[in-house]
Amino acid sequence: MPLPETDPGRQFRLELRGISKSYPAVRANDRIDLTVAPGEIHAVVGENGAGKSTLMKIIYGMVRPDAGDVLWNGRETQISSPAEAQRLGIGMVFQHFALFDTLTVAENIALALPEKLPLKAVAARIVEVASRYGLPVDPGRHIYTMSVGERQRVEIIRSLLQKPGLLIMDEPTSVLTPQAVDTLFVTLRELAADGCSILYISHKLDEIRALCERATILRGGKVTGVCDPRRESSNAMARMMIGADIQAISSARTVSAGSERLAIHNLSLPASDPFGTTLSDISLSIRGGEVLGIAGVSGNGQQELLAALSGETMFADPQVITIDGKPAANLDPRQRRAIGLSSVPEDRLGRGAIPSLPLSENALLTNGGPDSVRGGFIRLDKVKAFAERCIAEFGVRGGTADSPAGSLSGGNLQKFIVGREILQAPGVLVVAQPTWGVDIGAAIAIRQAILDLRAKGAAVLVISEELDELFEIADRIAVIASGRLSPSVPRGRFDRDAIGLAMSGQFAAASNRSEASRVHSV
Amino acid sequence: MGFDLLPILLSTLIAGTPLVYAGLGELITERAGVLNMGVEGTMVTGAVVAFAVALTTGNLWLGVLAAMAAGALLSLLFAVLAISFRANQLAVGLAMTIFGTGLGSYLGRPYVGMALVQDATQAGGGLAQLPVIGPLFSAVHPLIWLSWILFAAVWYFLARSRAGLALRAVGEAPTSAHAIGYPVVRIRYWATLFGGAMSGIAGAYMSTVYASLWTEGLIAGRGWIAVALVVFATWRPERCIAGAYLFGGATMAQLFAQSAGIGLPSELMSALPYLATIVVLVLISRDASLMRLSVPASLGKPFNPQG
Repeated sequence: MPLPETDPGRQFRLELRGISKSYPAVRANDRIDLTVAPGEIHAVVGENGAGKSTLMKIIYGMVRPDAGDVLWNGRETQISSPAEAQRLGIGMVFQHFALFDTLTVAENIALALPEKLPLKAVAARIVEVASRYGLPVDPGRHIYTMSVGERQRVEIIRSLLQKPGLLIMDEPTSVLTPQAVDTLFVTLRELAADGCSILYISHKLDEIRALCERATILRGGKVTGVCDPRRESSNAMARMMIGADIQAISSARTVSAGSERLAIHNLSLPASDPFGTTLSDISLSIRGGEVLGIAGVSGNGQQELLAALSGETMFADPQVITIDGKPAANLDPRQRRAIGLSSVPEDRLGRGAIPSLPLSENALLTNGGPDSVRGGFIRLDKVKAFAERCIAEFGVRGGTADSPAGSLSGGNLQKFIVGREILQAPGVLVVAQPTWGVDIGAAIAIRQAILDLRAKGAAVLVISEELDELFEIADRIAVIASGRLSPSVPRGRFDRDAIGLAMSGQFAAASNRSEASRVHSV
Repeated sequence: MGFDLLPILLSTLIAGTPLVYAGLGELITERAGVLNMGVEGTMVTGAVVAFAVALTTGNLWLGVLAAMAAGALLSLLFAVLAISFRANQLAVGLAMTIFGTGLGSYLGRPYVGMALVQDATQAGGGLAQLPVIGPLFSAVHPLIWLSWILFAAVWYFLARSRAGLALRAVGEAPTSAHAIGYPVVRIRYWATLFGGAMSGIAGAYMSTVYASLWTEGLIAGRGWIAVALVVFATWRPERCIAGAYLFGGATMAQLFAQSAGIGLPSELMSALPYLATIVVLVLISRDASLMRLSVPASLGKPFNPQG
């Protein structure tokens, strides 16, 4: 099939010419050109901060460009609000869903429909579209009871009911199991076959190569390449995306024979919040020099598990959690730090750092030992020196030791927080989403730092939604689903499909599968 | 000494009605995510304006309309500061209460000690002549049964109407509502103006129907009770109206008890309805997860449509 741009007879569904948008600190979009043909699945690729989100917000009318033209079906158009975009036929599925938790599916969708139908009629249309595209959903359910994958389905159905000519999907697979990703791709291909154009935003090159016909690659707010991803290698695309080759991380794969440093024994915890997850009967054990990865779709108990480990949630029975053999479940976070457990929460602003305090004081928050405080007085020079070490060793950009934490971008703050914990050389490190929102270069640095810590004999627990990340650094992987933890699988028996099954809660099927594949490989 | 049930019920309605208006108004405001703590001040201003207009024109309804307008005007000021300029809603609301109370005292000075003479049986107009239900209209002030219509309308609006769904959506997640194309700021303005107008009626009721006079301290914290009522009613109109009548009942029981000569200081007795209402509502709303599911998630948080 010829590329659409070589076909003069075809009219583009959407064309952007020279779109620019500047914010006070950064030029988010710099003279961006982009074309999407009817029925085309077009990828927009780039790292965090490359300008993808700004560009999509411009197309969807949430942000106004400083310069440039938007052409819709060949006609110049001003898209001044999301309502205007919808009238034109532009739908968007958000990365952080734009759904209303306490409303039902039908109510959520009714809100987005231009005509005022009674809820029953809306429900009927939902069921109709749902069966047409294989997206089963119950119109009467409340959003807060649904899994992330189900919520995404609701968002897609909501967009489809508006009969869009262009559907924007913002990082749609970051919340899905591998199997759900396959289902989503089937749906998207059917949609495209019906003539709907799709703008697919992602940083996962394998997915883009599997799904998209064309890709526009952004770096630092500029277009650095347009290509057919099916004909390019992932490496070539990565070079356009980050401007350099990806370096591999080096890990000394030594078999660990350390003693048990962190253990959880039959931990159960009822959800304290109707939006939360109940943890049931979780047990695990990590030795020194070992990284245990916990995979799973977000919202399956990761936050609750992290709170239980960090000490934010405490237990009456001290034996539930042991650190280096010491019962610790009844200790608060400071006491747990004192016996060697550090933790990095998923929530960077609020739990991981205090936005209004400078980085140096944020560093002091978890590093309040005799080095930085003497006789009740803060040793400002030491505290500042420690913060500067975190900044230097973890490549934190956009701030000094005196900048407030809230002024840093998410990725840079993440580097700082991870650095703050790792530099204290804890015996046990618990870290959630270590590289979430971090650019590729820094992600490699963080993973390398985790492996270096492991080499020094620490036990590391990594909770992550990025399977590739876990495959890279974990010695064993367990899966959390609906608050239950699967048995862990050692490296060498990692199997993407089996883990995917486990992520949807089918632990038995997953272990059968992984047994079967082992037999075959023997 | 035999108690007659009907007068007790009737006086419960009479004492509870201002909270029905103020509570339902504030409930709509809060459902849109706006926390207006200025109810007390708005009620004071509404009470004075209604009293002055009703006294001068001799027409109760002109007074009520004027109070609605005054209440809406005060809440418009609140909305400009708290919604458009995104000032802290708590601080602006408290300032509005101080301002409204002061404004009421100033405007009301010439009217202190005057009495509003009106024939309650005439207020209902021709409706009292209706067969069977006619006596109801002559016994119960029109502002009381209008509050029932208001309750029905608020309930229907929130539970059944598309506009009510949009309002709830805005209170739940303004960013999402904006993303799917709803005018968040405009919806919040209307919800705030409605709340102000209802507080105005509540004030008007206090000065023209409940007391038939204006004096400082007439509102006596009922605006604060209304704000508390909305929270403890878990933002549901049916619980809100029940709470309002609970307060009314306690007020009346306390008056009956005082007149029956129970040997407690009258100041303590006057505080009882407030205490009883809060205690009962706290007991009802103890369920933490119910509160979590009911509270409009964006309550009190400013929204910036420019992201």
